[in-house]
Amino acid sequence: MNWLPTLIKACYFLAALLFILGLKRMSSPRTARGGVVWAGYGMLLAVLATFFLPGLHNIGLIAAAVLIGVSAAWWTGKRVAMTAMPQMVALYNGMGGGAAAAIGAVELIGYVRSLALLPPVGGAPAVPVAAQLAPVELALGVLGALIGAVSFSGSLVAFAKLQGWLDKRFIFPGQRAVNLLLLAAAVMVGVLLASGHASAALIVAFFVLALLFGLMMTLPIGGADMPVVISLYNAFTGLAVAFEGFVLGNEAMIIAGTVVGAAGTLLTQLMAKAMNRSIGNVLFGSFGAAGGEAQAIAGAQKPVEASDAAVMMAYAERVVIVPGYGLAVAQAQHKVWEFAQLLIKRGVKVKFAIHPVAGRMPGHMNVLLAEAGVPYDLIADMDDINPEFAVTDVALVIGANDVVNPLARTDPASPIYGMPILDVGDSRHVIVVKRGKGTGFAGIENALFYADNTRMLYGDGQAAVGQLVNELKTLDD
Amino acid sequence: MIDGFLALYIFMLAAFTGYEIIARVPVILHTPLMSGSNFVHGIVLVGAMIALGHAHTPFEVAVGFVGVLLGAGNAAGGYVVTERMLEMFKSSKPDAGKETK
Repeated sequence: MNWLPTLIKACYFLAALLFILGLKRMSSPRTARGGVVWAGYGMLLAVLATFFLPGLHNIGLIAAAVLIGVSAAWWTGKRVAMTAMPQMVALYNGMGGGAAAAIGAVELIGYVRSLALLPPVGGAPAVPVAAQLAPVELALGVLGALIGAVSFSGSLVAFAKLQGWLDKRFIFPGQRAVNLLLLAAAVMVGVLLASGHASAALIVAFFVLALLFGLMMTLPIGGADMPVVISLYNAFTGLAVAFEGFVLGNEAMIIAGTVVGAAGTLLTQLMAKAMNRSIGNVLFGSFGAAGGEAQAIAGAQKPVEASDAAVMMAYAERVVIVPGYGLAVAQAQHKVWEFAQLLIKRGVKVKFAIHPVAGRMPGHMNVLLAEAGVPYDLIADMDDINPEFAVTDVALVIGANDVVNPLARTDPASPIYGMPILDVGDSRHVIVVKRGKGTGFAGIENALFYADNTRMLYGDGQAAVGQLVNELKTLDD
Repeated sequence: MIDGFLALYIFMLAAFTGYEIIARVPVILHTPLMSGSNFVHGIVLVGAMIALGHAHTPFEVAVGFVGVLLGAGNAAGGYVVTERMLEMFKSSKPDAGKETK
């Protein structure tokens, strides 16, 4: 009779093991794809085992919710364009945070009900599970719910920002004080809840405050910082899951949640470091709010025709291609690789230079170039490629802006001051493919575009590179 | 259910494990790994299922139902997105002779 719970526990154990092994495999390019499949089997096993947990009510409802949730997410996940991946990660992460918050809510409501000694509705057992909550469990449940709720609303804001639904940054004087007050209030209500003063009104106030704090904390953060923020919320959700796992006595949740919490925290630090900023600076520095006069930039942007640009590169010895988010938006990765292959055929040494935070996520550009079929050995990191710009004939910047902005080195008033950049300006010529004359995503003027050796090739990334390809082909005829 | 200190040990060891896994990851894998860890905390689905399974009042059931919906979205969406990202690494391996996919 005792074999079923043991079997279920064994399934959870295996799931936790598969998660860890899967994540480990995901940290090396060669085994990465197998890694997610392993973790996937772990998830499948854990979910299936849960259906057989003894004493579970509402099985029909559970199955229905799982089915709806899985198919909806599966469908959107399969259909969404590769360029939209960052915001999808934000969205799914927010869902996880929301689920953790919901678990906390159910436990808390059940706890309040048990406090009031109301007879459970529908002839349910006299002693609800939540009534057995020990003080530590209650405290962790509240903490998990708080973190989960913040991650939920924060991630949704991040999603909306990356999706382009929320363009403007939301800044008002005294914002930090307001946010701090919100957090303090949420924590205070949480402490009240955890110390046994639970009531329905307090629970509602708690979740409203937590959700509001997540919202207000994320709204003032600029889109360029979103990757770091999403990574942070990812770690948050992991922690929330671990805490709720403790409340439910589920070891798989504790392990998986904690592993993600730790890994996510480290990943966040790595990302912030790549932008030469601290996490605190990202969260509370409110990009661009720092004031101060930006340096005036002298000169004008000098346009170039595609034919001239193509000739410049066709007869160059070394060309370095610098992709940015614009490349992703224009879906130009295949065209760019076609162009690079034509150059290589002519004997030009071509490399791709990738800034650690190019695109909306570290590694975003690597993924896109990999999709187009660019071999690894042509792709260079910032530290490797920066000394090479001095001997580069043409640097072709496609849809990148802030990561090549020299103001990051020269203008202390600039919001991106201190961020390491790709030194494309050191090469003999720079050709910038850009949609228009406006400032980039972060709304910062770019001195590179006005430099003497820079020429602007205006146009959509894909169309512009397509022109370059055609020009190259006519050269060969 | 779980002894407090035992949980603390699990917590500590799992935290070190997570830290060690990420410590030596090339930048190129940051995004897939973030997405992958996003998928792994989809295990919250299991917790939401348990919470809904223990819910009694209609309101609790409603909240639990939403929780399971969200958790299922996290797990399934996280998997699909990660898998699609990593799929590209596979097809682009220079030594992979088979381009059929």
